[in-house]
Amino acid sequence: MGSDVFEISVNFIKLVAIFLLMVQLVPLLVWVERRGSAYIQNRFGPNRVGPLGLTQLLADAVKFLFKEEFIPGEGRRLIFLLAPVVALIPGALAFGSIPLSAPIQVEAFQWLGQTWGPYNFPFQSFQFDIGIVFVLGVSSLAAYALLMAGYGSENKYSLFGALRASAQMISYELALGLSLVGILLIYGTFDFAEMVTLQEGPLTLMLFGTEYTLSFLPNWGIFYQPLGFVILFAALFAETNRLPFDLPEAEAELVAGYHTEYGGLKMNMFYIGEYGHMLVASGLISTFYLGGYNLPFVTVDQIREFFVQSQGFTLTNASLAASFLLHLVFMAKVFLLLWIFIWVRWTLPRFRYDQLMDLGWKTMLPWALGNTIVTAVFILWMRSV
Amino acid sequence: MTELIPILVLLAFVAVFGVIIVIVSGLFGPKRRQSEITKAPYECGLPGIEKDNSKIPIKYYLTAILFILFDIEIIFMYPWAITYTDFIAEGQGIWAFSAMAIFILVFIFGLFWEIKSRALDWD
Repeated sequence: MGSDVFEISVNFIKLVAIFLLMVQLVPLLVWVERRGSAYIQNRFGPNRVGPLGLTQLLADAVKFLFKEEFIPGEGRRLIFLLAPVVALIPGALAFGSIPLSAPIQVEAFQWLGQTWGPYNFPFQSFQFDIGIVFVLGVSSLAAYALLMAGYGSENKYSLFGALRASAQMISYELALGLSLVGILLIYGTFDFAEMVTLQEGPLTLMLFGTEYTLSFLPNWGIFYQPLGFVILFAALFAETNRLPFDLPEAEAELVAGYHTEYGGLKMNMFYIGEYGHMLVASGLISTFYLGGYNLPFVTVDQIREFFVQSQGFTLTNASLAASFLLHLVFMAKVFLLLWIFIWVRWTLPRFRYDQLMDLGWKTMLPWALGNTIVTAVFILWMRSV
Repeated sequence: MTELIPILVLLAFVAVFGVIIVIVSGLFGPKRRQSEITKAPYECGLPGIEKDNSKIPIKYYLTAILFILFDIEIIFMYPWAITYTDFIAEGQGIWAFSAMAIFILVFIFGLFWEIKSRALDWD
């Protein structure tokens, strides 16, 4: 009984901590976006408030809090007010199912006259064996937040922005889902944690029944599925409504799209949702294609072994230290991808709407389908000899 | 079933967090009497004549229907994808591949029929 309480409370703290981590990363990302865009456009950006303008977002948050509340129209108050809450949910749930680091193994220990453990805490809010299907299902709920915001605002700009956003999201979800079939054929599992474990060590290829090891490359998914990586990356840009696919917010046509009528903290919640979606997208890409939390060439066990052997750590402490180190590795990969998101936004122009839909349906969908077929044929050919 | 409990807990936590933010954002801030003009939907310099219940292109509806069709077809490939290597290991790879190949042919036929019938063209 007592040992269950410990496990449940640690898991609960983990749930809340990972959600708050996501929420706390958003101001940082907004800062990076503003400074990054300024850097790209050869201007200064926010640099007055605090060192490097870092506390600008804190000042903004306080300002947002003291904005006048504004609810447009008469009849759709509830939908208007619920939309920002719904916008938070998909990002938070999807981010919770991505493994942020190696599981922490706790040896049995004595405390308060009782024996506790051994425990194995996965470094993610919840681990289960249908990871991808869950993330795809939950992240498509984001379309509801947009539609609710557009419908509740009683404004034609909001409504058209919401319609465009949802049509775009569902169109690119096809290419997104199909580009993942190739990588699923290789890993043979839906579980994120298992996928990351499969990407440990150096690149190992199976050709005509014999195994070859390329010791100069890590065993990452991108080397098996380069085309799948490109399609997934492009589709995730469209899913997160980022430029070059930010048609819902095309400000020359639609003012600000679905959040035209929102202000203050309520608009901020849409930003948390959008940047949360970007975090999930970067986490997914690094889990599928860039080895997740793995350091290249070394396995998790080797890192734990290193801490035990050369630093004299106990097994529990070694596991904690390894998980912390690998969490930094994972965050480094995620931040690199997030920087690419921001970089692309301030570099490329926007698509026209018919070009956007053509790219999704007539280009990316057939390519993803071709990728699936080629992967299936290749695996069959290489493994069945 | 026990796997779902953490998800529900997180869902409840996020929902409560969001509702608190929405309530707090209404509590602070200046309170002014809002006139009809304040409540009018945003418009760039013109009087807001057009309401949001104006006509919506049927294209969006068509896209949504086609999405449901294709999404179900794609989700159908997922179980096949994760069991594919198991089939190969048991020496039934050809069977597993050709079964899905027939399905993918139907998929390709449907996609090209849609493109041909201009269902995916935006003007």
